[in-house]
Amino acid sequence: MPEKVILDEEDIRRALTRIAHEIVERNHGCDGIIFVGMHTRGVPLARRIAAYIKEFERAEVPVGILDIGLYRDDLPSLGLQPFLRPTSIPTDVVGKRIILVDDVLYTGRSIRAAMDALIDFGRPQSIQLVVLIDRGHRELPIRADYVGKNMPTAIYEEVVVRLKEIDGRDEVAIIRGEGQ
Amino acid sequence: MRTTKQRETEPSLEVATWRRRHILDLDDFAREEIELVLETTDAMKEVLSREIKKVPTLRGKTLVTMFYEPSTRTRVSFEQAAKSLSADIINLSASGSSVEKGESLIDTARTLQALGADAIVMRHYHAGAPYLIAQHIEVNVINGGDGCHAHPTQGLLDLYTIREHLGTVEGVRMVIIGDITHSRVARSNIWGLSKMGAQVVLSAPPTLLPVGLDASAFPPIAVEQNLDRALEGADVIMPLRLQLERQKQGLLPSIREYIQRYQLDAKRLAKAKPGALVLHPGPMNEGVEITPEVAQGAQSVIEEQVTNGVAVRMALLYLLMGGAQ
Repeated sequence: MPEKVILDEEDIRRALTRIAHEIVERNHGCDGIIFVGMHTRGVPLARRIAAYIKEFERAEVPVGILDIGLYRDDLPSLGLQPFLRPTSIPTDVVGKRIILVDDVLYTGRSIRAAMDALIDFGRPQSIQLVVLIDRGHRELPIRADYVGKNMPTAIYEEVVVRLKEIDGRDEVAIIRGEGQ
Repeated sequence: MRTTKQRETEPSLEVATWRRRHILDLDDFAREEIELVLETTDAMKEVLSREIKKVPTLRGKTLVTMFYEPSTRTRVSFEQAAKSLSADIINLSASGSSVEKGESLIDTARTLQALGADAIVMRHYHAGAPYLIAQHIEVNVINGGDGCHAHPTQGLLDLYTIREHLGTVEGVRMVIIGDITHSRVARSNIWGLSKMGAQVVLSAPPTLLPVGLDASAFPPIAVEQNLDRALEGADVIMPLRLQLERQKQGLLPSIREYIQRYQLDAKRLAKAKPGALVLHPGPMNEGVEITPEVAQGAQSVIEEQVTNGVAVRMALLYLLMGGAQ
């Protein structure tokens, strides 16, 4: 299947540094912020943004890990169960600003599940959403607050995010699937 | 036991490869399946550590527990597990139900299925009872202990507890002490531990060891009747409850002699590896197979077994009922 690279390592680095600055600007610093990365690729993205913020703000922002397997709305139709990994939210979320991080925003259903999961931990002051790619085709009224790149796609295309921590290299590609 | 499934809505969803419909014993479990259960249990344990210990995963599913034998921890543990996953639970006991009117096991199970049960946990005093109903109904069947045969969920929670403390089960030396003949816990543990690469040593008077215990009947296990020798180099020790109600058959000369030779006390515990874990499937006869000092001592993980039991059962309910039937 033909694969087209739309973001390379440098593009990803620039997008994430910009997002890091936007987060600090919008929240007037980084007090009371917690990053929560969504399994799998949201986790390294959240860690990288937190590291950029540490560089220029000299402040340590906690990073949590969220697995939404137990909150999915498609379990009965899926046929197979998602593989579960432990969630770990490092601090109390009550009154905090949660910055939720995922790689691709698509239907919005994962984000809905993630918000349900987070609210089970307590009542945060707010939840903001970071995504590296927004590919459109939303099925729920959800939008991202910080976007690496808006990438209009056809429904038969697939967006693949590869990150060094997991895949050995940094890039975002579009794969044209069947039905093109 | 995980694969990446390409889907329209989400390109890279990792799914668990789980095709088992019933949990009857660990004898036919593949090592990968046990590993998947243990990894899923990690996620469930996190849920149980929350302030609000509840997730919506199994909303609309119904679990029925059918207990033909007394139980505290297994039944309550399944109930807690189902509730934490938002499933509904119905507890049925033999007394007070149509079982007293002579309804057969199969008919009772069929009735529960018709009433909308999605899974049935069964404990029965006859070995094989859960196997029988599993052949006649479509819903998931979990063996909550059948006669002297098997207690797979206990086996899994023991594996989980060992793995949690020692990091792995591979290469662990586990000594099981006492009434092996009547112990379904011992049988399921032997299967589970052997599959995961542990060495199982049984220590008991000959009258409490099953007849025909050889390499052809079981996975390779060692028998050492002298407890002090059995305990040398042990990483995990599990004294079994001396089923006092069964000792009228004259299998032991006296309880006092059993205590002298097989009770796990602090002096004997010192013969095992430093920091060896002490497990007990409960309920305990403190002062018989184990001293209170050891049962409540620093090396005891008996209470953790109970907590882990809820998480393991959540993992099993999720794997059985989480996807499509």
